[in-house]
Amino acid sequence: MAVETTKPRSADTGRPRGTLHEKASYDVADFPVPAGREEEWRFTPLRRLHDLHKDAVADGKVIIDVDAPPEVTVETVGRADTRPGKAYIPADRVSAQAYASFTQATVITVAKEVVASAPTVVSLRGEGGVAYGHTTVILEPFAQATVVLDHTGSATYADNVEFVVGDGAFLSVFSLQNWASDAVHLSHQHARLGRDARFKSFTVSLGGEVVRIAPSVAYDAPGGDAELYGLYFVDEGQHLEHRLLVDHTQPSCRSRVDYRGALQDEGAHAVWIGDVIIRAEAEGTDTYELNRNLVLTDGTRVDSVPNLEILTGEVAGAGHASASGRLDDQHLFYLQARGIPHDVARRMVVRGFLGQLVEKIDVPELREQVRDAIDKELER
Amino acid sequence: MATLEIRDVHVSVEDKEILRGVDLTVGAGETHALMGPNGSGKSTLAYAIAGHPKYTVTSGEVLLDGQSVLDMTIDERARAGLFLAMQYPVEVPGVSVSNFLRTAVTAVRGEAPKLRDFAKEMRGAMAELQIDPAFAQRNLNEGFSGGEKKRHEILQLEMLKPKMAVLDETDSGLDIDALKVVSQGVNRFREGGETGVLLITHYTRILRYVKPDFVHVFSAGRVVEEGGSELADLLENEGYERFVKAGASG
Repeated sequence: MAVETTKPRSADTGRPRGTLHEKASYDVADFPVPAGREEEWRFTPLRRLHDLHKDAVADGKVIIDVDAPPEVTVETVGRADTRPGKAYIPADRVSAQAYASFTQATVITVAKEVVASAPTVVSLRGEGGVAYGHTTVILEPFAQATVVLDHTGSATYADNVEFVVGDGAFLSVFSLQNWASDAVHLSHQHARLGRDARFKSFTVSLGGEVVRIAPSVAYDAPGGDAELYGLYFVDEGQHLEHRLLVDHTQPSCRSRVDYRGALQDEGAHAVWIGDVIIRAEAEGTDTYELNRNLVLTDGTRVDSVPNLEILTGEVAGAGHASASGRLDDQHLFYLQARGIPHDVARRMVVRGFLGQLVEKIDVPELREQVRDAIDKELER
Repeated sequence: MATLEIRDVHVSVEDKEILRGVDLTVGAGETHALMGPNGSGKSTLAYAIAGHPKYTVTSGEVLLDGQSVLDMTIDERARAGLFLAMQYPVEVPGVSVSNFLRTAVTAVRGEAPKLRDFAKEMRGAMAELQIDPAFAQRNLNEGFSGGEKKRHEILQLEMLKPKMAVLDETDSGLDIDALKVVSQGVNRFREGGETGVLLITHYTRILRYVKPDFVHVFSAGRVVEEGGSELADLLENEGYERFVKAGASG
């Protein structure tokens, strides 16, 4: 497939972008090799990316298995297929590299008005080395489905994931970063919503050495509704970064962002960037974004940066909040004063803090899985 | 039979001495009211007994049934039979009332109660305190009114069944109906005659419903006057002024 180069314009509307997301191109050469001072790279430990940002050659493997109910179509396609890359133009060098380098893409389609009877589970298992990938999920109008991306194993992996949610369709996505402790994963996950489409994403990052997930949302028509939730637990030496972009280009759309994480031990680093743009034409936008971090020990670092850019005077609601703090001594005192031992009290408070999001996971098995995984992190 | 002995206790907060030698003994079946003006150190005493890390006991002893509690952690003290009803119970997001109560009951009793028995016990105790059963699923103290928080403190008291309860201004912020409900809970707790109550209050109002056997007047970090329940009446009529002077000159 020919790689077309575009001017830095919005993929869906052709209108110039705002200040938050300047560049989009399929061509790696359009993005200089980052040096680490660039706004979009300044928090990321470039030296630990195994050259993903410097043309790393694919020498490894990520095995992909898809378990889907019969009414969901799953295809593995080559570069000649025109669907991958249609909804999303890479916005940084690693994303462009992944786009230029993938050899096979997974395309998952749910036909018009079809309601999937079970979640579609995409297992991505790293078997070491550098790999690039691409996944495109297409929900035709009024379709409904749940898709789980379950990342495990060891890999240095860069990929792009596209979610095309048709008019009136509802897509629920879970991206689980259950990587082995040496994995490096850089991923763009872009959703493009049709009229009255609903998109709900749940990102759970627990494993990996360096994980940088960039979920973004674009609206093609009015009435779109996006809810982006995220949970992370950062351990010793881990870098877990989430960079969100919600670009309100259409009137009367809604977005909610709620990411929460806990950090423990030396060198645990969490980064959360929450960019929301409300364009001049996006009247009646209703948006709120929130990030909260719970610091459990010394030696950790949190960078939490919400950016809200409002270019219209007619919003229904717009707000953001970011708070990072230590485990509250008053909470622990209260629970301990009722006879609950310190370690149990600590677990209850952290579980409670993250649990409010876990409760929103509407797939029971997944909810249990995530709950168990958090408990394991707490027992370390 | 429970006894709480507080012997010549000195307590500092960030190197500032707040309690300057407190002596007080609460025996089984006894209710002691500790009264005093704002800032006299009443709550400091309550927190120090419970083991709050902000309060340092610089000298003196606190004994529960002859055993020093000062060497115990906060949770060990609670499991030994001490209970502090907080003046300002904190909100704990994401921890439900029923999960919290069950964990606490399990810790204090040393074994997990059967789910069905526990649910029944909790429902019964909530009904007595006129707490809506829906609160069991709500997050601990989150969005509770002042009165609801205090009722939940007494709910915990009734379920954890300690030997000795320290009630820190449990009456503050309660309307008269809630005050009666809470007082009935305290009276249920002490009716067996084997438990003790140290009731810390600024006002005499609650003492009409929870009759004290002894009244101690607290001022400037010490007990400055002791007597029977008639002392409360005297305070009601005359206020703390006289005792504040006594504390200052001491």
